[in-house]
Amino acid sequence: MVVSVPLTLLGLLERGPSHGYDLKRDYDAYFGQGRPLRYSQVYATLSRLARDGKAVAGPVEQGAGPERRRYIITEGGAADVERWLAEPAPPEPDLQSELFAKVVLALMLGRPADSYLDIQRAAHLQRMRELTELKRAGDPLTVLLADHSIYRLEADLRWIDHTAARLDLLGRAVQR
Amino acid sequence: MDRPHSGPAGPARTGGAAVTASQGTTKIAEARDLVLSFGSTPALRGASLSVQKGEIVAVMGPSGSGKSTLLHCLAGILVPDEGEAWYGGQRLDTLSDDKRSALRRDRFGFVFQSGQLVPELTAEENVALPLLLSGTRRGPAMTAARKWFAALGLDGLERRRSGELSGGQAQRVALARGLVTGPEVLFADEPTGSLDSVSGELVMNLLTAAVREQGTTVVLVTHDARVAAYADREVVVRDGKVSTLTGVQP
Repeated sequence: MVVSVPLTLLGLLERGPSHGYDLKRDYDAYFGQGRPLRYSQVYATLSRLARDGKAVAGPVEQGAGPERRRYIITEGGAADVERWLAEPAPPEPDLQSELFAKVVLALMLGRPADSYLDIQRAAHLQRMRELTELKRAGDPLTVLLADHSIYRLEADLRWIDHTAARLDLLGRAVQR
Repeated sequence: MDRPHSGPAGPARTGGAAVTASQGTTKIAEARDLVLSFGSTPALRGASLSVQKGEIVAVMGPSGSGKSTLLHCLAGILVPDEGEAWYGGQRLDTLSDDKRSALRRDRFGFVFQSGQLVPELTAEENVALPLLLSGTRRGPAMTAARKWFAALGLDGLERRRSGELSGGQAQRVALARGLVTGPEVLFADEPTGSLDSVSGELVMNLLTAAVREQGTTVVLVTHDARVAAYADREVVVRDGKVSTLTGVQP
């Protein structure tokens, strides 16, 4: 699931007034995971938040470098953050995942679905090994994020094992 | 009857173990086409697996697939009806019961799903047990056992009995007992199977840290992918055979 950049920046703003530069730095550190925000994206988002009354831009401050102004969250912005944090994120059933499509097609075409599942299992486990290794030296936030990925991979693996055990039945269901 | 170990790829021998020349790795344990039935129920139907010295191998598979039976054959606990089980250049399945027992006692360590601690003994006596059984005097055995308590975060629990330990603590005591003799191979069968995820993670972190430091080889049976992710590689047992895809050597 893609993190909502405006709401996440608003959430960071709720800690206290911040410059765009500081918001970008904290966003990248906590949520970027190798995909940092562009400055233009940060300032465009902050402008939209200000336009929509979710944040207020302070006066331009003296100093060198890029635009220096602090942004302050409004009551409306804080209410949005509170509402967002209280809502469950939509469960993602991934009903049309690539895994599913490949298994069904393999069964339809009489290809070895069990081999595909074995290859997929090995790939998933390799990724889980990498994430487990990442946890070993990671700070608590890295561990939290790695665990999230590990549990999602584990869910896929359970589905892979469950499916592997029922391939005969599934094969009959998709044969024309 | 003992006879020289010669692996399928024609490895050269150094000492008691076989070296795969092309990869420079040492094969320490091997199952070749193992077949074993319990009464009329087949458990293994031609299972083969090679384990390299110092690696951690996860053996996965559905319930009843034969993964624990394979571990028991590799550890010399069970003798296959057909096929060969090798350890360090020695054929296990043709050894006498006494020799297999001695090998298990002197070279192998074991951790099972539920710690199987002896309830009448204290935690430190449980850890010292393999040393005492192999003839180490009580004093040195207890000293060696106590060293493990700090390493596994069990300080202060030395005198407790198993009933006074949490599941995670008991399993760490069992892990210490499995490692106290400095085994060449640790056989672990669902070592976190009875633990919650946090306790299981702690046990696996401690297990892998300890065996890496000791250079111990681990054969780890688990149905849990998160546990298998601590291993260097995994194999999958299905219907009594190791999946050819996942059984490929590293």
